Amino acid sequence: MTSSSQPQSQASSKSNTGNGHFQSHYIPNTPDEQNKVLSALGLSSIDELFLDIPDSFRNPSLNLPGPLSELEIQQELGALASRNRPLAAGPSFLGAGSYHHFIPAIVKALVTRGEFLTAYTPYQAEASQGTLQVIFEFQTLVCNLFGMEVANAGMYDNATALAEGALMACRVTKRSKVALSSSLSPTFQQVIRTYCQAQAIETTTVPTENPGIDGDTACLIVQYPNYFGYIEDLAKQSDAAHVEGALIVVSTDTTALGMFNPPGELGADIVTAEGQPLGIPASFGGPYVGLFATKEEYIRQMPSRLSGRTVDTHGKTGYVLTLQTREQHIRRERATSNICTNEALYALAATVYLAAMGKQGMRQVAELCYHKAHYAAAAIAALPGFDLPIDGPFFQEFVVKCPESPTEINRRLLERNILGGLDVTNTIPDGMLLCVTEMNSRQDIDALVSALAEVA
Amino acid sequence: MASFPTRETTRLLMDRSVPGRVGAILPDCDVPFQKLPDQSLLRAELDLPEVSEPEVVNYFTCLSQLNFSIDTNFYPLGSCTMKYNPKINDEVAFMPGFAGIHPLQPAEQSQGALELLHRLQGFLGEITGLHAVSLATLAGAHGEFAGMLMIRAYHQARGDTARRKVAIPDSAHGTNPASAAMAGFDVVELASDKNGNVDLEALHEVAGPDLAGVMITLPSTLGLFDTNIVEVCKVVHEAGGLVYGDGANMNALLGRVKLGELGFDVAHLNLHKTFSTPHGGGGPGAGPVCVGETLAPFLPAPVVIHQGDSNGAAYNLAEPEHTIGKMSGFHGNFGVLVRAYTYIRTLGADGMKEISGNAVLNANYVMQALKDTYYLPYDRTCMHEAVFSADWQKSRGVSGLEIAKRLLDYGFHSPTLYFPMIVHEALMIEPTESETLETLDSFIQAMRDIDREISENPDFVRQSPHTTPVSRLDEAQAARRPDLRWKREKPFL
Repeated sequence: MTSSSQPQSQASSKSNTGNGHFQSHYIPNTPDEQNKVLSALGLSSIDELFLDIPDSFRNPSLNLPGPLSELEIQQELGALASRNRPLAAGPSFLGAGSYHHFIPAIVKALVTRGEFLTAYTPYQAEASQGTLQVIFEFQTLVCNLFGMEVANAGMYDNATALAEGALMACRVTKRSKVALSSSLSPTFQQVIRTYCQAQAIETTTVPTENPGIDGDTACLIVQYPNYFGYIEDLAKQSDAAHVEGALIVVSTDTTALGMFNPPGELGADIVTAEGQPLGIPASFGGPYVGLFATKEEYIRQMPSRLSGRTVDTHGKTGYVLTLQTREQHIRRERATSNICTNEALYALAATVYLAAMGKQGMRQVAELCYHKAHYAAAAIAALPGFDLPIDGPFFQEFVVKCPESPTEINRRLLERNILGGLDVTNTIPDGMLLCVTEMNSRQDIDALVSALAEVA
Repeated sequence: MASFPTRETTRLLMDRSVPGRVGAILPDCDVPFQKLPDQSLLRAELDLPEVSEPEVVNYFTCLSQLNFSIDTNFYPLGSCTMKYNPKINDEVAFMPGFAGIHPLQPAEQSQGALELLHRLQGFLGEITGLHAVSLATLAGAHGEFAGMLMIRAYHQARGDTARRKVAIPDSAHGTNPASAAMAGFDVVELASDKNGNVDLEALHEVAGPDLAGVMITLPSTLGLFDTNIVEVCKVVHEAGGLVYGDGANMNALLGRVKLGELGFDVAHLNLHKTFSTPHGGGGPGAGPVCVGETLAPFLPAPVVIHQGDSNGAAYNLAEPEHTIGKMSGFHGNFGVLVRAYTYIRTLGADGMKEISGNAVLNANYVMQALKDTYYLPYDRTCMHEAVFSADWQKSRGVSGLEIAKRLLDYGFHSPTLYFPMIVHEALMIEPTESETLETLDSFIQAMRDIDREISENPDFVRQSPHTTPVSRLDEAQAARRPDLRWKREKPFL
């Protein structure tokens, strides 16, 4: 895009009525109608409605570019969009918390239905049974996927879900020390620290193998598969936490759970995941939805909304928001969390996705990712100068040690229209975290392998 | 809601499941099968539904028809700004160049996205008069939490560790005290005066060396512009505190006044209210935080800067010098931010003033028309919403809740109920600018009809709604015996 199509920097007006008035297509009132209402109110101008604003502050200059027609909007925004490289533009192997998966067409078709898209939070249950029943379905499918007893209506994203999990573990155990496994995503560690900073909660990063939990620790937080894609011994980690009276909080991957043991069967007390892989586009990082589940015994310490099944005055089954005395609009400063608006529409997307993929589809996606990732890992490891520095079972992500700077290699890959993995040199010298999913064909993977052979 | 019978929606997905049905088909594996991990790592059971694609579409479509929504109903839900959500905004957010990009791809591969975010930071800074902006917070309450953490960090950076208290008006939204508490503050409630403004005497009492700041919603949740606001900011600043603005009600003020000029130090905006992005049945939203110079170094990371890097990218993500840290996984609810950008570009400065002007005009129209029928506790020009009390109806035996439920039978969503808490039987009505006078007239008529029904047949009103998919639900049972997911053995029913 050239600079000539930048929005004009000075304020400008657009009269589309020939009389200096801008009639927006989003606002029905015409000047005649405004005058009719004003005279009913005994006023002569709209400005008179704002006289409570002190004179010297009223009607400030507003330096925004002038309004655009929808046609111009399509052109301006289309030009901005064209300056980004979509994942689908070529082979892409970037993951690390946001994943490129197949999305059935019905997901978008259903989430863009106005009755879902433009509804408010379902406080008026009789007028919101659609949304409430969807949340109930979401809670069910999340529990089944995780092997957990109770799930909420969703959090902002996985990072914030995990941070709220840490705060919840402190409330449950009445302890104030949080142990972060060193193989937990660095971003998650940062967000947990942000959330904990004001509540006198101590956060420490602990070794994966020997976490050293003590009697003051509220919880051990681990990732399964871990940040680098590998499956750790979650049952053993759970035992290490439980023996000291601490909880184990697990961030998991929804796609991996199509084949790997669910955390609920390995001792997890709180489980979170990013809902993005469940039918939600990568969208530069959001909106996503955080999945959050726990055990029934901890339900009253849980953050966020819950939809519960009940009956109406005629005995007919219906759904309501329930256990709201945990929440901010009732409990105010003593609420379990300040969360209000969450990500209901994307809980719907995840529910539709899980329904469409179903029992067989989820297993199939998981196995496609597994086989393709392992095929790619073996081929890259066979290249001179490359190897796999981490031993052990992995799912769809793995780390390769490169013969030179991964960022430099990525730059050369992009010249061949291949989006490489994430440079994780900070943790693993010359490490590149690669992700291979069902979206990568054998041709894509072979192209990556031969490009790596050329560029490194 | 469909007015004729549709397919049944009573059976849940797991009840619909038939072994062998599939809802999606994937390609065959095109690489040689690899050795699977040890069997002990693999799950034996995956209890998900087996349903075909048409069943999924039918079921969720029919569920959608059990909802009220802006597209189908007038939704005068006070403090929620349920205005029209333009369809072009969705179309833009779904463009592959926006929806299809990875948050961690190199900056030079996402210059269009970063430039859009940079421009949006500028727009929101200009609208609020608070010129440093982070778009990384994902909802209003998330923005409040960030704002409170910034105020805390600011005082701590100055070695001023005694400031433990945050004062919040009694009319505030529940997220305000909850957010202040999450940021480690003790919450003190501030009384409102008889005009609905912050009580200056009460404010003077708390404005001491232990006051970290105040959280103010402007216009207040009474729908009133606080005529003391400049004085409020002054008193707080003189005591060494900072002023937080809850931007939930910004629809009233677009282009009319700038929070930064009034003296606010930090404010969040609800893009899913003021800037027309869809509520989605409870999110996603976005709650960007806008700050003046004092707090700019403390903004949550990341922010977008226009400063070239060695790879030739003009726009980059950056971490403010004394950032409170990262608040979420990536850079904010980008899809929501794209919609808000599109909305502001569509309307421009003139459109901003048309929004606030018509929103306030419509609210005053409804207030004027109903104040002889419903008690109006603060009888002065309102902003974007009018707060009534159902006290007159309550004395005839029908509560605000029951009136709200009866409105559903007329096809109108309920106003916000019992909030703010300082108004008895509160009915908070926010018509927004995107409704026609014809709709407002039929709503006004419905409110008058219900008042008449209360005299003629109060039981009928008390038992409403009568036309919704379910009648009044047993909330006590839902809370006493929580039934929160499908189970093979149903606990009851």
